Amino acid sequence: MNGAHDLGGMQGFGPVEPDETSRGGSAALFKADWERRVFGLTLAVGATGRWNIDMSRYARENQAPGAYLAKSYYQIWLQGLETLLVQSGLCSREEIEQGRSLAPPAEPPRVLKAAQVAATLAKGGPSARAATRPPAFVLGDRVVAKVMAPAGHTRLPRYLRGRPGQILLHHGAHVFPDTNACGGGEQPEHLYSVAFDAKDIWGEQAYPGSIRVDCFEPYLDPAA
Amino acid sequence: MAPEDHDPSHSHSHDHPHGHDHDAGPDPMTKRVQALEALLVEKGYVDPVAVDALIETYETKIGPRNGARVVARAWADPDYRARLLADATGAIAELGFAGRQGEHMVAVENATGLHNLVVCTLCSCYPWPVLGVPPTWYKSAAYRSRAVLEPRGVLEEFGVRLPEDTEFRIWDSTAEIRYLVIPERPAGTEDWTEDQLAELVTRDSMIGTGLAKSPQEVSSPGGTVS
Repeated sequence: MNGAHDLGGMQGFGPVEPDETSRGGSAALFKADWERRVFGLTLAVGATGRWNIDMSRYARENQAPGAYLAKSYYQIWLQGLETLLVQSGLCSREEIEQGRSLAPPAEPPRVLKAAQVAATLAKGGPSARAATRPPAFVLGDRVVAKVMAPAGHTRLPRYLRGRPGQILLHHGAHVFPDTNACGGGEQPEHLYSVAFDAKDIWGEQAYPGSIRVDCFEPYLDPAA
Repeated sequence: MAPEDHDPSHSHSHDHPHGHDHDAGPDPMTKRVQALEALLVEKGYVDPVAVDALIETYETKIGPRNGARVVARAWADPDYRARLLADATGAIAELGFAGRQGEHMVAVENATGLHNLVVCTLCSCYPWPVLGVPPTWYKSAAYRSRAVLEPRGVLEEFGVRLPEDTEFRIWDSTAEIRYLVIPERPAGTEDWTEDQLAELVTRDSMIGTGLAKSPQEVSSPGGTVS
């Protein structure tokens, strides 16, 4: 979706504010205890396996631009978690609003125990999959990012659409977020790092250099 | 999103208590999250001890010191550097760092006249096993919008000025590949041990918003090894 989360190249947000760690000190990771809990709860409930990371990202970005931009980072995470809990049937909206259980729990999901935390994090969730067909592009190929405006989830940023680039790296096939976020399954696609010259995106005043973006094969057309 | 300093929900948090709020109980965000956690525990979906363990892991165990070990090894050991550039996931796992949000790593190297910078314009993708959880500024609208458009201006806000003809390589991590910047090794460290070198590697130097510290910036070489 062309949402407010797709921020590349927007202007008007003001300067970046480095933290104490940037200045050689030590900044706290969380600004309040509730942020700490939202972080931990999101990871813990995610371990039930009732949704995937693409669904999580879509749940966070799928909201009105004004609402997205008005929220702090962990407010967005909290809203995303609440949305996923309701969509997955783990909780009802009424239960979340009231903060208590009003119905028996859904079928007992996998529950992450403290003793499993280190091993679970160390294992992670690799997105690489066996390819179902050979890659359409080889290193050095000239490509163009597709012009598109899908209503659902996508990981092709708006600022690249229609711009020429060059295949730089091939990462093999990976879970395709556009389908995986919306119940369409993993449908692995080849993934490439594509180099876009900054001048092809921002014009002649751009800095010398390139933007390297991970693009799934369906995002790319061969250059004419 | 709004700068977090201006987020009204923070003004009543535990970290910034205001005397006049004490009688009113917790602020709305705290109340909402406490209620949600109580519901999830009551339903049997989460073990609060596991939630504590997850938080503690990223507050105390997994952070940029891990990445600093990787960079220091790459500086000190040419064979390791070659492995890191060829297969970062495997080379980083050699040092015991792997897993969530670092399943597919790529290492990119700065050089004279060449500077790498990592961003996620769409959300907050960041290599957790080597750098920990991303800082607030990395997730901010200002950084996500501008890193790809005007990296030079962003770097200046971090106090970093590079020569005008520096080539920028901006890595927008839109998929599950995670990027680690190998900063340039500072001059005057030729005989330093790996432990000493690791002290020069800052979090920001591995994102690209900073450079490695110079020998003069660490108080006593070898004396501050963690």
